Amino acid sequence: MTGEALGFYCLSAVLVGSALAVVLTKNLFHAVLWLALALTGTAGIFLLLDAEFLAAVQLLLYAGGIVTIVVFAIVVTERLVGERISQTSRRIAGGAAVSLVLAALIVSAVMQGPLTSVRSPMALDLTREIGDTVLTRFVLPFELLALLMLAGLMGAIYFARPED
Amino acid sequence: MGLQAYLTLAAIVFCIGFFGVITRRNTIGILLGIELMLNSVNINLVAFSRFSGDITGMVFTVFTICITVTEAALGLAIVILLFRVRRTVTADQLDLLKG
Repeated sequence: MTGEALGFYCLSAVLVGSALAVVLTKNLFHAVLWLALALTGTAGIFLLLDAEFLAAVQLLLYAGGIVTIVVFAIVVTERLVGERISQTSRRIAGGAAVSLVLAALIVSAVMQGPLTSVRSPMALDLTREIGDTVLTRFVLPFELLALLMLAGLMGAIYFARPED
Repeated sequence: MGLQAYLTLAAIVFCIGFFGVITRRNTIGILLGIELMLNSVNINLVAFSRFSGDITGMVFTVFTICITVTEAALGLAIVILLFRVRRTVTADQLDLLKG
């Protein structure tokens, strides 16, 4: 077994296991921590796919940013840190059935398609390539994205403003 | 590992996130499920990009990551606002728009 396959199977086990823990654990705090592990596992998958820059962005923005925001939201809404914050699920059997059918459909479609297993050659330094492409071919979406993020963050501040 | 392995992994994570979205009762739990789903889509984009040798997929991933972070910030702000108004974050009790 090659190193890449070994890394892929280990990361897949971590990713699927922690994803299951996110949706199944009763304690919401634990769910957020499992989500952090799942996002870190995804960063590892990105590394396997030679996307070092995306792995770094994933760790900084997702595992660093989102997890912090979610923990803040839990602290604000539950008010009681350290106490057991239980969250229940409902209709687990129906949800599991729908999810399993959906997974089976997607996987069977993936297996049928004529998909390559050979990686096409790419530039050695993908980070430089991504930067070049963002600021040349995709410069308009990039600027629109900046506008979207500004609007989104202003909206978030507006929603979460102190009561007056 | 071929492209199919990565796509299968992403499909499994997507369906786990979907399961979380439809079964969780806490709105924050639902948001966590949405994060998982968006995350698996990113795996798909990067895998397709790497195997087809086209950088566009990775650029799209940068965009989706930014949009996801904005979405999470907005969603959680809405959750905090809901909690302030209704004193609950359980999705079953947020039935203001129910006919």
